[in-house]
Amino acid sequence: MSLKKALAAATLVAATVSAPFAMAADKVRIATEGAYAPFNFIDESGKLKGFDVDIANALCEKMKADCTIVAQDWDGIIPGLMARKYDAVIASMSITPERSRVVDFSEPYYSNSLIFVAPKSSKFSPKSVDGKVIGAQRATIAGQYLEDNLADKVTVKLYDTQDNAYLDLASGRLDAIVSDQLPAYDWLRSEDGQAFEFKGEKIDIDDKIGIAIRKNDKLREKMNKALQDILADGTYDRINAKYFPFSIY
Amino acid sequence: MNWTWDVIFENLPKLLDGALLTLELVLISGLIGVMLSLPLALMRVSKRRWLQAFPFAYIFFFRGTPLLIQIFLVYYGASQFDVIRESALWPILREPYWCAIITFALHTAAYIAELLRGAIQSIPKGEIEAAKALGMSYPLMLRRIILPRAFGIMMPAYGNEVILMLKGSALASTITLLDLTGMARTIIARTYTPLEIFLAAGIIYLIISALIIGLFRMLENHFNRHQQAREKPQDLDAQH
Repeated sequence: MSLKKALAAATLVAATVSAPFAMAADKVRIATEGAYAPFNFIDESGKLKGFDVDIANALCEKMKADCTIVAQDWDGIIPGLMARKYDAVIASMSITPERSRVVDFSEPYYSNSLIFVAPKSSKFSPKSVDGKVIGAQRATIAGQYLEDNLADKVTVKLYDTQDNAYLDLASGRLDAIVSDQLPAYDWLRSEDGQAFEFKGEKIDIDDKIGIAIRKNDKLREKMNKALQDILADGTYDRINAKYFPFSIY
Repeated sequence: MNWTWDVIFENLPKLLDGALLTLELVLISGLIGVMLSLPLALMRVSKRRWLQAFPFAYIFFFRGTPLLIQIFLVYYGASQFDVIRESALWPILREPYWCAIITFALHTAAYIAELLRGAIQSIPKGEIEAAKALGMSYPLMLRRIILPRAFGIMMPAYGNEVILMLKGSALASTITLLDLTGMARTIIARTYTPLEIFLAAGIIYLIISALIIGLFRMLENHFNRHQQAREKPQDLDAQH
């Protein structure tokens, strides 16, 4: 075989192999947790719903990407991203220096603060927490806040899901929980949350929520562009209004 | 994948703390489990039908449902009821430590009872008959013949069960306990190094398993010492 023929054959093979990839819409696999209402949760019919899921779908529409959204347990959600089980995490994840060492983040898509939640009947105050038992979800900003700021004064209990922390607050094993303010706001309005209230002022920790993407993945630019688009054309505001009567951006 | 080995050494003291709690949970729940299993097994081998019913239902439930469900029922389930929260049991049931011990003990008791039943039933009939012929009463026979023989027979299978419980004890991490798995997960939540920390935790589990296997070798030799030759048999072939 002459060199020319060989080159031609190689080009043909390359073209055949790469063609299907070039033609199909980009496939993007997105993970969310599915246990963090109203941002991401699984409804009665077993479907993923919530603010994060709506945002993910809106972004995919702008990116013209073919997206699949999967549920993934929280404390394995970054390892799963790094192991290429999916390409992005849209799960109300706070942008932190620790996480930024292992993954890249998009521009923030909403802001969060922390707050204490305790029973209405309790005299609990964030000003005097000595000796109290306080819970939070493991591997969250709230959990880190507890460990970093209060570990020497209180007993810290860490839960696999926010729901389990709520259950133990209801059972009386916990004096209070530290939680992200927005999902707690939603829970307090629910039937289960009737006997509880916010205690003290919200704790502003400059907590920005972003989309996690593997380091140096080009998907980040596309996500940022799509985010700008939905902020500009009112899609974001419509989704926001579905869940909260005030802007959370 | 970049490995960061330092993270293992930095967190080793924490992991060992977790391992200690794991050992404690397995040991205490295992001892309670053995004590519970004895009456269960004896009722199970009883010739009276009505005595068999309770252990049968008990063993059926605890073997037939996952340990995770059992631990959630005890920890999150029981605490939903005001009756329990206001009862005298609440100081115990509010502690995740005791919830784990109770669940593990009840769970392992079901398995041990079934092992013990099988062992009792597989004691050669002749040995029981010999004991009866000597005029032994049932309690004496139980103490001198049936139970020592049954323990010897079930020992290898029981060693297996203890190792299964060691691994099952990882579920304690789901009810806020910082056992070896819980500690590993909490460290990973800060360091994002699941491979390194889980590898370290896995090796610690392996070491504990190895110790348990060694312990049970010794127990087997103790209970079955009558089956071993005192002296090394020599020239057996030559005699034929």
